[in-house]
Amino acid sequence: MKRFRELSSIAIPLMRSNVDTDAIIPSREIKGVSKTGLSDGLFANWRYKNVDNREIDTTFVFNNERYSSAEILISGVNFGCGSSREHAVWALKEWGIRSIFAISFGSIFFNNCVRNGILPIILNEEIIKKFILIAEDETSSNYFRINLPTKSVFSPDNIEYNFDLLDSYADMLIEGLDPIGLTLKDKHEIDLFQKDDIKKRPWVYI
Amino acid sequence: MHKTLFTKLWDQHEILKRGSMSLLYIDRIFLHERTGSVSLKELELKGREVKNPEQVFCTMDHIIDTFPGRNDNTIMPSGRDFIVATRNAANKAKINLFDIGNDKQGIVHVISAEQGITLPGLTQVCPDSHTCTLGALGALAWGIGSSEGEHALATKTLSLKKPKIMRARFEGQLNKGVTSKDMILYLIGNYTASGGVGHAIEFSGDTINSLEQEARFTLCNMSVEFGCFTGLIAPDQKTFDFIYGRPFAPKGDDFEKALTYWKGLYSDEDAIYDKEIYVKSNDIDPQVSWGTSPGQVISINSVIPDPDKISDLSLKSSHSKALEYMDLKPGQSMDGISIDAAFIGSCTNSRISDLRDVAKLVRGRKVSPGVKAIIVPGSTQIKNQSETEGLDRIFKEAGFEWRESGCSMCFYVGGESFKDGSRVVSSTNRNFENRQGPGIKTHLASPITVAASALKGKITDVRRV
Repeated sequence: MKRFRELSSIAIPLMRSNVDTDAIIPSREIKGVSKTGLSDGLFANWRYKNVDNREIDTTFVFNNERYSSAEILISGVNFGCGSSREHAVWALKEWGIRSIFAISFGSIFFNNCVRNGILPIILNEEIIKKFILIAEDETSSNYFRINLPTKSVFSPDNIEYNFDLLDSYADMLIEGLDPIGLTLKDKHEIDLFQKDDIKKRPWVYI
Repeated sequence: MHKTLFTKLWDQHEILKRGSMSLLYIDRIFLHERTGSVSLKELELKGREVKNPEQVFCTMDHIIDTFPGRNDNTIMPSGRDFIVATRNAANKAKINLFDIGNDKQGIVHVISAEQGITLPGLTQVCPDSHTCTLGALGALAWGIGSSEGEHALATKTLSLKKPKIMRARFEGQLNKGVTSKDMILYLIGNYTASGGVGHAIEFSGDTINSLEQEARFTLCNMSVEFGCFTGLIAPDQKTFDFIYGRPFAPKGDDFEKALTYWKGLYSDEDAIYDKEIYVKSNDIDPQVSWGTSPGQVISINSVIPDPDKISDLSLKSSHSKALEYMDLKPGQSMDGISIDAAFIGSCTNSRISDLRDVAKLVRGRKVSPGVKAIIVPGSTQIKNQSETEGLDRIFKEAGFEWRESGCSMCFYVGGESFKDGSRVVSSTNRNFENRQGPGIKTHLASPITVAASALKGKITDVRRV
């Protein structure tokens, strides 16, 4: 997994509540048993006036040239709610998103981000609204900086905002760790637990 | 003691704790061809093995067609690839597979209970957000991503932080025509689709006690639409009776041992919750969603709310966008909106009790001309049982299509859908934009509200039918 320490990027604003994973990647856009080939279908129902012939809807922010190099996405409440499809994260990642600022996240989506090297950052509503205004303002700089080890975000006017993230998630992102490999180091404890559990709850074991 | 049921289940499965992260032991894993195929494929690519394949189950439900005589070929252009890849990987990994044609096939969360695979007190995960359905058996069951699926398969564990715990108490008798679907929609409508974010939710109260087991699945099923990590209900005699004799359930002495353990699975009276909600069940009328988020739902006898009365700008904008997509106007009555189609099915409402209730209502009546009406049983067993009871004849005579089991048109994978832009009243769980197909306007409701609406050709108060 790619390591995440610092990021400096412009941000793309998507100020809606409850952006669901069906909106992020419609099920019909998941065409193969694969984690790739998904960015073309990212937000397909909003990006294209006609999904079939891919006619672009120029009013949608993901089609605005100004944001084409954005690696940060800003959105509202409950971002990534709905279906567990990890394809939503894979599609965002393939498009270029590396961090998402939101007021809250769908819980499965949040974990899927961390597993794929994307940093989900929870900020309060006031800050998100301020950031959205900055990102929407074409006359000002839209460069945000993220420092994961210090858990801080700097707005373009260089004000520092701190965010919370579990240390184990931060470490996983910073070191690019393989969580399965990490757990397998505890194999002995897991096997002991299982051996004991078979005696305690024999009915569980099919 | 002071322990909630959730905490009891959590502690029972905690292998070790580092900081705020617990390594939890996972009893059962269920996969389906949509997201499970990726987990199995990745595992194989990395040269890892499934730790206890006998505790892992898989079925085909998401992509397969539901027409009679179906096979690996699907209307969805690349559907076959998912089915074949899943079958091959499942066989190679030696996990339990309920394939097309197997009489145990069905929607993952429906068959997991039906086959006695999920039991009270177990931990169970599936790369599918509606895994929370199974919390209705007093299990700790939650949806995960494909990568977490891989993790659980390889290690039989997942590492996670314990969520906060909330309780929703429903007290009092339900009104006529009100079901557990209306209860959960009412809750989400009143406390928003993000009302449960960061929490697991326990449902309790005398209304919950009076619900039959199958109705409880419907309630827990939509915990995720409330934003919750999962939902659960303490098991009781109805739960134990439900489990007894099912194919994978414990037998004989094992059942008795299990029962003793299961009877201890409840929240202590003095347990503390992070948040409490109290609902007077008598206040609930049949619910129908009007918007594109499950929180945008009102009583059948209400009018569509006005965005101009909302002060918060982002909320107002979501509300207006939803009205535009749904082609509805503020102040419009919910009762009487014309529909093009009616859909009964999904992991929310496709069980035998749902179908019996629908049959009672539509017996000897006809679906309104021009309305496409479809019933998709949640499992092959439910289909067979319905046919034994003659429910299928009642449905067909009324003008409903009767299908093979699967997720079907709960969502659009690029295969079958309703006509573009159709207005559909649906017993499913998500009314997101384009969820059921291009431009489809979904109104969530209980199966009997869907059936009543199908008969009238418009959204209808089931109490008047």
